[in-house]
Amino acid sequence: MTTPVVSQGVGRENVFIQLRGVSKSYRRGKQIVPVLSNITFDIRRAEFLALMGPSGSGKSTLLNLIAGIDHPDHGSIEVEGENIARLGDADLADWRAANVGFIFQFYNLMPVLSALENVELPLTLTSLGRRERRERAQIALRLVGLEDRERHLPSELSGGQQQRVAIARAIVTDPTLLVADEPTGDLDRRSAEEALGIMRRLNEEMGKTIVMVTHDRRAAEHAKVIMQLEKGELSERMELRHG
Amino acid sequence: MQGMNQFLKLVARNALRHRLRMSLTLAGLVVAILSFGLLQTIISTWHAGIDHAVPSRLIIRNAVSLSLPLPVAYQKRIRSIEGVRSVTYVSWFGGIYKNEKNFFPQFAVDAKSYLEVHPEIRLSDEARSTFLRDRRGAIVGRNIANHFGFKAGDVIQLRSMIYPGSWEFVISGIFDFSDPNIDTSQFLFHWNYLNETLRLRSRSQADQVNFFMVDVGALDRIANVSQAIDGMFRNSAAETHTETQRAFQIGFVKQTEAILLSIRTISFVVIFIILAVMANTMAMTARERLVEYATLKAIGFGPGYVGWLILGESIVVALAGGAVAIMLTPPAAAYFGVFNSALFPSLNVSSSTMALQGAVALLVGVLAALVPMQRVASVRIVDGLRAVG
Repeated sequence: MTTPVVSQGVGRENVFIQLRGVSKSYRRGKQIVPVLSNITFDIRRAEFLALMGPSGSGKSTLLNLIAGIDHPDHGSIEVEGENIARLGDADLADWRAANVGFIFQFYNLMPVLSALENVELPLTLTSLGRRERRERAQIALRLVGLEDRERHLPSELSGGQQQRVAIARAIVTDPTLLVADEPTGDLDRRSAEEALGIMRRLNEEMGKTIVMVTHDRRAAEHAKVIMQLEKGELSERMELRHG
Repeated sequence: MQGMNQFLKLVARNALRHRLRMSLTLAGLVVAILSFGLLQTIISTWHAGIDHAVPSRLIIRNAVSLSLPLPVAYQKRIRSIEGVRSVTYVSWFGGIYKNEKNFFPQFAVDAKSYLEVHPEIRLSDEARSTFLRDRRGAIVGRNIANHFGFKAGDVIQLRSMIYPGSWEFVISGIFDFSDPNIDTSQFLFHWNYLNETLRLRSRSQADQVNFFMVDVGALDRIANVSQAIDGMFRNSAAETHTETQRAFQIGFVKQTEAILLSIRTISFVVIFIILAVMANTMAMTARERLVEYATLKAIGFGPGYVGWLILGESIVVALAGGAVAIMLTPPAAAYFGVFNSALFPSLNVSSSTMALQGAVALLVGVLAALVPMQRVASVRIVDGLRAVG
């Protein structure tokens, strides 16, 4: 049972991500198209935030900025006090490797690597030895219930299983922030519920902060907070209480 | 490097991902690098005489043209010049064995002095003494002997395109050179046999040679001896032109420079074509995998890592093609030589040609990857993630 409560913001306590006056526009030919304008809001630690809105509202762009794979034109994005908008590409890559786990709509697994090797991939950026990397990847696969599929290639797995491998890859480095762009967009309802259930457990039991973009109202109801974007501006913030 | 195994695994598996496409590219690479190797072998075979020329050896020919003879009587006068250690003379025979296809270099030589001037000829004592004793005797280079199955004691007949009639020879022995890289495709017989027969059959061609060869011994005497020889015959009926063996060989090769230039050009055009094919394959590959590369960059891998993935894959494919081509070049050269024995009695693929093939394969691999590498490294992650493979 989920009860929506409309609110305008979060308290100052326990702020994990702080966006202030964030704007972003794209150049399309000679035209400059504004996508986000003057976005200001906070995300609490261990929040599960769903970003919703119609196509072109800027929700994926906002997610990209929070994840550090794009730069804002103006404004600041502070994650645990560090303004990632000021980081250069190389520093940002290091920051993402250490702090962010990615879950994509189409899973984005390496088709030539097995489930275990895919999960192990981000760990090659760490100083861990081969055995330890393998052990951690196996634990991550066990967390998503795919320990018996570790040698399978992505093409040998169903969509739901591939997304669970992608979730395992996202959490294997133990990042504090998980970003998910339409994680259920390519899944049937049952697989979507499984993936969302795992994400919810990661949020509730392991304290991961999750920012998820979705069109799917039912998917969004797994989050603790839903934010609506309209034409590049925040229009509504809704806290959900799960019964 | 952390994760090197993972990197190599990705490179190797990516290379085998589109098997048909990669097989076709690989086949193209093999054909191109094999062709390059064969053409380079032809060029180096053509130049072999220059590379193996002896620095202290002079060649004395008719100043007007190599095709005009010199009197054999010049030998005694040349020998009298200070600094000359030994003199020998040679006539080009231009014979064919059985039919026109079986053409190989034959020279009528003054056997004793020729062997003196050419200590690099390796011949058994028995073959040497048989050759020196037998007026119709001939010694045959191992390549020619192997090619036609000649062995000591065989009697063979050659028909000359220069001298009338059919000529009978008895094989005295098979020779090698002390340097195994020197081609052993010569057939040497006694000039006296040629000359005595010519006195009977074609008097006007008798007592003449195509050129003399002089061993000077010390290199610092070469200039003086050359000048002295040419000075001695100045204003005579057959003036001489003396040059080092190397200069002689270069002059010989220069006559065919246009052909060599064409062969060299073709060999590089072939490489350029396969470079374009390979670059196209790598560009297609990188474009199709843009989402994967963007994903790698998103999870923290730098542009360098994805660039190396493309470069590594390109090099693996190019080197695999190069390795197969290098392995196939010697048998292909031998096969090619069989059908072109008149022009190339011996096509030996040198280690430097093989090294050049390897280097060219590597270069193709590197150059083919440059543009896709740059594109993938510079593409924004958000654009890459949106790309349709």
